[in-house]
Amino acid sequence: MRDPGALIRARKLTKSFGNFTAVDGIDFELTRRGEAFGFLGPNGAGKSSTMRMIGCVSPPSGGELTILGLDPVTDGPRIRARLGVVPQEDTLDLELTVQENLLIYGRYFGLPRDVIRERTARLLDFVQLSDRAGDEVEPLSGGMKRRLTIARSLINEPEILLLDEPTTGLDPQARHVVWDRLFRLKQQGVTLVLTTHYMDEAEQLCDRLVVMDRGKIAAEGSPRQLIEQYSTPEVLELRFDPADHEQAAGKVGDAGAQRTEVLADRILLYVRNGDEALAAVRGLGLEPQTSLVRRSTLEDVFLRLTGRRLED
Amino acid sequence: MAVTSSTGTSSTGTTSGTATTGTGTAGLAAERDRAGQAGPWEMALRQFRHWLVNYRRTWRGSAYSSFLNPVLYLGSIGLGLGTLVNKHGTAQLGGVSYLAFLAPGLLAATGMQTAIGESTYPVLGSVKWRHTYVAAVSSPLRPRDLLHGHLLFTTLRLAMNCVAFMVVMAVFGAIKSPWAVLALPAAVLTGLAFAAPIEAWAISLTKDSPFAYLFRFGLIPLFLFSGTFFPVSQLPVWAQPVAYATPLWHGVALCRSLTLGQIPVLESLGHTAYLIALALAGLYAGHRTYRRRLYV
Repeated sequence: MRDPGALIRARKLTKSFGNFTAVDGIDFELTRRGEAFGFLGPNGAGKSSTMRMIGCVSPPSGGELTILGLDPVTDGPRIRARLGVVPQEDTLDLELTVQENLLIYGRYFGLPRDVIRERTARLLDFVQLSDRAGDEVEPLSGGMKRRLTIARSLINEPEILLLDEPTTGLDPQARHVVWDRLFRLKQQGVTLVLTTHYMDEAEQLCDRLVVMDRGKIAAEGSPRQLIEQYSTPEVLELRFDPADHEQAAGKVGDAGAQRTEVLADRILLYVRNGDEALAAVRGLGLEPQTSLVRRSTLEDVFLRLTGRRLED
Repeated sequence: MAVTSSTGTSSTGTTSGTATTGTGTAGLAAERDRAGQAGPWEMALRQFRHWLVNYRRTWRGSAYSSFLNPVLYLGSIGLGLGTLVNKHGTAQLGGVSYLAFLAPGLLAATGMQTAIGESTYPVLGSVKWRHTYVAAVSSPLRPRDLLHGHLLFTTLRLAMNCVAFMVVMAVFGAIKSPWAVLALPAAVLTGLAFAAPIEAWAISLTKDSPFAYLFRFGLIPLFLFSGTFFPVSQLPVWAQPVAYATPLWHGVALCRSLTLGQIPVLESLGHTAYLIALALAGLYAGHRTYRRRLYV
C-alpha cells in the first residue's frame, strides 16, 4: 500500500544493468519536509543510480518506489514538475547566457515569461550571480556553474531538491558557498536529497543519512548517531617509520584500543581517550614518528562498516 | 541583498537570499499541475522554443546560405549547363527547359539536405556534448516531447529553406504552374521523411563517425541519382528500381509534377503516401530510441 504521507518511499528498490546490480534491494523513507537526507558512499556504491530513479529518469528494475505518493514510471511528468535536480555533471547550455538558461528551463515547466523573469532575478540574487545575468555560461568558474545549476533547479519552486555530488570538483572556497546556499534552502523548508562521497559534506548538510556500499545500505541514522553507534569518541592516528610499520602494527593491539585499523601508511586506534592511549602505546616501547588525536568522523564509520575508505 | 561572505551561514540574517517566494501554496499547486499534465502539443512546444532561442544566435548565416545556394546551383547548372542540354533537345526531360526540370529536383534535395543537417549533429550533440536533452528530461518533458519539439523545429527550418529556394526559383523563371504552391509542403514532407528516421537513429549513437557514412553513402548518391539532375530512365536498367525505391526520388517526382503543372494524380498520391509512411515510421521508432537513450 502506498503511504500518501511519505515524500519518498523505497522498498527493496533495485536497479540492474545487464548482469551488474547497481542498487541491490534498498529501503528508505523520507517523511519530513525540510529534511536533508544523504546517501554517503564511495564512487560506484549505487548512489547516482538511486538518484536517477528518484528523478524519474531511470525505471527501477525491481522493488517499489513512490515519490510524493506517485509512481515514477507512470507519473514521471507530474512528479518531475515538483522536483528540482542538480546533476553530478553540469548540464547547462554553455552557449547561452545565464539568464537564457533559466528562461529555457522555466519554459520546460510551462511557466509564463513574467514569472520566469521575476524568479530569475531572485534566484540569481540567491546564488550571487546577479552581475553575470547577461553573460555566456562558458567562461564561468566551476563554482559559479554549480550555483547556476542550483538556481536553475529551483525555477519551479520544487518541494524536493535532488543533488548528486553537489560539490565534487569544486575548490574549498566554492564548496563553502554551495553549502551555505543549500543550508539556507533547507531553512526555507525545501527537502534536500543528496549524494556525496565527502564525509565532511555529509556531516555539514545531512540531518539523516544512509551509508551505501556496493548497492546496499550498510547503516542509517544521523551523523552523530552513526558515529556513536559505530565508532569511539576519539581516534588516535599513529605514523611509524615505514620500516617499523608492520612490527608496530602487530604490537599496538596491546595498547587497549576497542578496535585497531591498520592502513597502508597509518595505524588508527579507536579509543575513548586518545592521550591515554598514546601513553599506553609509548608504554609498550613504541615511538611513533607522528601522532594525532582527533574525534571520530563518518569516515571512521564507513571504514568500520565496509573495511574500506570513502575517497579512494 | 547584501553580498554575504562565502562561509557566512550564521553571520547574516535569514532575510537575505531567499529562494522561495510569495507564490501562494494554492498557486504553486496549480502551477505544478499545469507543468506536469500538459498535453503532447504543449510539451512539444516547450522544447521547440528551446531550439528557437538557440537559432536566434545563428539565423543570419543560415538565412544567407539558404538564398545563396539555390542562386549558385540554378545559375551554374540550371542556366550554364542547361544551355548545352537544351541545344540537344529536351524530349527526355518532358519537353521543358533543363532549368525548369532541374529546379524542382533541387528543391526536394534541399528538403533532404536541410533535414539531414538538422537531424544528425544537433540531435546527438544534445545528448552527448551539450547535454541539453539530459537536462530537459529532468523537467516534466518526456523523451518523446523532445523528439516532437525537435521535429517541429526541423519543420520550421525546412519551410524556411524551401521558401527561400522557391523565391529564387521564381526569380529564375523556373516555376511553370500555380500548383507550385503545393511544392512547398511537398518539399517539407520530403525533408520530414528523412528527418524522422534519421533522428531516431542519431539519438542512439555513442559517437558521430557513422554520420560520415550517412553523408558519403546516403546523402551524396541520393542527391546525384534520384532523378534530381537527369531522369531515372537514363540509369542502367538494373539501377532504376533502386532509384525508384529511394525517398528522394518520390519527393523529386512530386515537386517536379507540381512546379511544371503536369500532375499524374494517382502517382502523386502514391508519392505522398510513401513519404508520410516513412515519416511516421521514423516517429514511431524515435519514440522508442529516445526513451531508450534518455531513460537509462
